[in-house]
Amino acid sequence: MAKKKTIRTIPQERTPMREQEPRARAKNFEEVACGYDVGEALREAERCLLCPDQPCVSGCPVGIDIPGFIRKIGENNTRAAYDVIAETNLLAAVCGRVCPQETQCEEVCTVGESLEPVAIGRLERFVGDAAIREGWVNVPHIEANGFRVGIVGSGPAGMACAADMAKAGCEVTVFEAFHQPGGVLKYGIPDFRLPNGVVDAEIENLRRIGVRFECNTLVGRLFTIEQMVDELGFHAVFIGTGAGYPSMLGVPGDSLNGVLSANELLTRCNLMRARDAAFDTPIPLGKRVAVIGAGNTAMDAMRVCLRLGAEKVYCVYRRSRAECPARAEEVHHAEQEGIEFHWLTAPVAILDDGKGGVRGMRCIRMELGAPDDSGRRRPMPVAGSEFDFEADQVVYAIGTNANPIIGQTSRLKLDKRGYIATDESLATSMPGVFAGGDIVTGAATVIEAMGAGRRAARGMKAYLGLRDAARAAGGETLFGIDLGERNFVRLRAAA
Amino acid sequence: MEAARLSQFEIVAREDFSDVTYLLEVRHPLMAKAARPGQFVIVMAHERGERIPLTIADFDRSRGTITLVVQAVGKTTREMQQSCKVGSTLHAMVGPMGIPSPISGAKKVVCVGGGLGVAPIFPQARGFKEAGTYVIGVLGFRTKSLVFWEDKFRACCNELILCTDDGSAGLKGLVTEGIKRAIAKHRDIDEVVAIGPPVMMKGCAEATRPHKIKTLVSLNPIMVDGTGMCGGCRVKIGSEVKFACVDGPDFDGHLVDFDDLMTRLRRYTQVERAAAERWSANCRMKDLADPAAPAVELLELPDPFDDVKGG
Ligand SMILES: Cc1cc2nc3c(=O)[nH]c(=O)nc-3n(C[C@H](O)[C@H](O)[C@H](O)COP(=O)(O)OP(=O)(O)OC[C@H]3O[C@@H](n4cnc5c(N)ncnc54)[C@H](O)[C@@H]3O)c2cc1C
Ligand SMILES: Cc1cc2nc3c(=O)[nH]c(=O)nc-3n(C[C@H](O)[C@H](O)[C@H](O)COP(=O)(O)OP(=O)(O)OC[C@H]3O[C@@H](n4cnc5c(N)ncnc54)[C@H](O)[C@@H]3O)c2cc1C
Ligand code: SF4
Ligand code: FES
Repeated sequence: MAKKKTIRTIPQERTPMREQEPRARAKNFEEVACGYDVGEALREAERCLLCPDQPCVSGCPVGIDIPGFIRKIGENNTRAAYDVIAETNLLAAVCGRVCPQETQCEEVCTVGESLEPVAIGRLERFVGDAAIREGWVNVPHIEANGFRVGIVGSGPAGMACAADMAKAGCEVTVFEAFHQPGGVLKYGIPDFRLPNGVVDAEIENLRRIGVRFECNTLVGRLFTIEQMVDELGFHAVFIGTGAGYPSMLGVPGDSLNGVLSANELLTRCNLMRARDAAFDTPIPLGKRVAVIGAGNTAMDAMRVCLRLGAEKVYCVYRRSRAECPARAEEVHHAEQEGIEFHWLTAPVAILDDGKGGVRGMRCIRMELGAPDDSGRRRPMPVAGSEFDFEADQVVYAIGTNANPIIGQTSRLKLDKRGYIATDESLATSMPGVFAGGDIVTGAATVIEAMGAGRRAARGMKAYLGLRDAARAAGGETLFGIDLGERNFVRLRAAA
Repeated sequence: MEAARLSQFEIVAREDFSDVTYLLEVRHPLMAKAARPGQFVIVMAHERGERIPLTIADFDRSRGTITLVVQAVGKTTREMQQSCKVGSTLHAMVGPMGIPSPISGAKKVVCVGGGLGVAPIFPQARGFKEAGTYVIGVLGFRTKSLVFWEDKFRACCNELILCTDDGSAGLKGLVTEGIKRAIAKHRDIDEVVAIGPPVMMKGCAEATRPHKIKTLVSLNPIMVDGTGMCGGCRVKIGSEVKFACVDGPDFDGHLVDFDDLMTRLRRYTQVERAAAERWSANCRMKDLADPAAPAVELLELPDPFDDVKGG
């Protein structure tokens, strides 16, 4: 170990991860990627150069000490590797599976300049899985401080904020509208990509550090955010209600039976377990399914349809493959499983079968023009290129808008698009109320939502006047009071 | 931890109005405090059950309870008819959902309820009454033996027009007859609120359209989450698409595309029918095994869309 590694001395090939064979897996809901065993993890860890400048760390939205944990894996000390990750990320097993590593840490990995980058995500998953299997959880010594914190929504943003506030000694209650906690991790992302057991294990860890979950609670309607602060005795509140409200295309045929949102399809399948005969939820079963969109949600919807028994599943996307926003691995897996991709194709109308159902779809070919606001080349219809094809089910996965419930029921300031407006510490317009995740940014990623939850927790601690050991040491103080604390600033402003 | 839950969803009372209609009173003090007329809940009878939306038919803040009136029309509602006993618990009940009905400053309103809409119209009628409005109730039942809550409605309506299909009680005819009668008698009706099967609400909207009387209807599309997340409940209102669970469930009856609603309600008919058949076959098997159990007589149910009156 002592000799310095160089790009020449490390294993040149990225260690492949075992996967279920495409034809077999397209018919079951077992996980596609099987994960590394110890030998594979050691071999892949060997590829990390432990760069002093750590480009990968700055590529990670939460700044996990990546070389730090990889070094521990290399020392065959998985427990220590877990401790390193757990300092910044409490959902290692989840993030290792669902983060878009290729545009984050792995994109900037030094090894990636000449070879395939280190498989950081796979190593993270290896550590996360080991932690779940072994039951590791870092329960810190928690000293109750008497503050009560309410968290609205149990997705990754809510979970992360809950964890940090519980560790800081607050009494934390998470309110969730569904009958099970987990947010998109539970109702959206299917089991073959992220088994519900993994999510449940992470939720169990939160329970172990004292977080309470109240499911079947629709905040805004059962009680408002204002009531949480004024009547229910919460000293601080975090809102992480996700994006929700799926967009419809607005083309003729939108409301035909057989047209549904990916969210509906996925919720029925994943949360309501419609694929299991013992559960009561009905699920639409198309033979030829067209899924519109090419993000992670679209990939999940397509692959779920395949597993439910569809004969043909098409992906219809108006831009080209290069602009496709899904994780590269998911697109690759979807292709392997036999999804038919129609890039540069936009729907014009959903065709009626005369009985209220879907007969097919009319599409038009697109070509790429000049870059638009998103920096991607704008797709333009090619005149006269319309064509029809057969389909009996159409699934929309074209994005979501802000969920309106909190906006409808509180005086919180929203932005123009209806998302909750916050400052950089994620404080909303209401004192003591913070927000983060998809309900602030619009649909984003698990790790960004988690990062937001943690950032809000920092803001919340400052607001409550709770001192992190690290902060108390540095920073500007006045008579021993930390000037960064919001309460103090507020007091001074009021005086 | 369990003890700390907001509610155990315990059923504290049950009443059977007829072979197909039953009332459940569920304990949930916080919800009883929050509920407003026009709102609904989503119920799961058991862990593997469907999430079904049911309108809050009454709420009692002092008892801390929510009242639901359910019509047994398919697998879940029939299963609940058997399994929901006083003292048992529901797996889940979330709500109150939806935007409360505006109890406007109207001076005179007609509250119309037919079939599974009779109970849900009650909180609105009472809300209007409490706001000092002159309330004309119009209730539709198939026949006299199915009539329920007449006294409750009499207590909060200035006038009550009871309609039955066969004329065995009150007026013979559909609720639309009742509306016409009310309009003929009162020239100054500000608003009509109608809840019931889609065909009935469509009929009501048509009855008031020529008179340009503002008409609110409460839509009941198929729902999953009830939080605006799935779009399954989308309805066409004029040229717009709305999600009934978060944008409604009340909409302007003169703008609603009822045909679209009715088609969309048939989305899962086949699956639902199969589920109900499987379930009743199962019940029969159980009955055979246990001779002491009373035979479950499955009712021949009307297609909900022909069912203008229900009850
Ligand atoms: C199908 C699908 C696949 C995806 N795949 C990936 C992927 O591979 N990688 C990736 O990084 N990201 C992926 N994403 C995006 C990622 O899941 C989200 O960005 C992330 O989950 C957002 O987290 P959140 O905590 O803000 O909200 P959510 O996860 O949406 O959780 C919000 C929770 O709040 C609850 N809630 C809402 N309103 C209320 C209320 N009023 N009261 C109480 N509770 C309420 C909701 O029921 C929900 O459980 C995917 C998203 C989807 C839909
Ligand atoms: C906002 C709202 C309020 C409602 N209030 C009441 C009420 O107070 N009392 C009452 O008895 N019923 C009410 N309903 C209807 C009730 O939800 C359905 O009857 C119930 O879901 C049927 O379930 P099932 O499994 O027994 O029947 P299924 O076999 O599933 O269906 C039987 C029939 O009910 C319709 N249906 C099925 N699922 C739903 C659903 N999720 N939403 C609406 N219709 C559905 C189907 O189109 C079918 O025709 C309401 C529905 C909505 C949307
Ligand atoms: S950039 Fe790549 S090689 Fe360098 S420390 Fe990070 S993971 Fe290791
Ligand atoms: S029920 Fe899912 S959006 Fe209304």
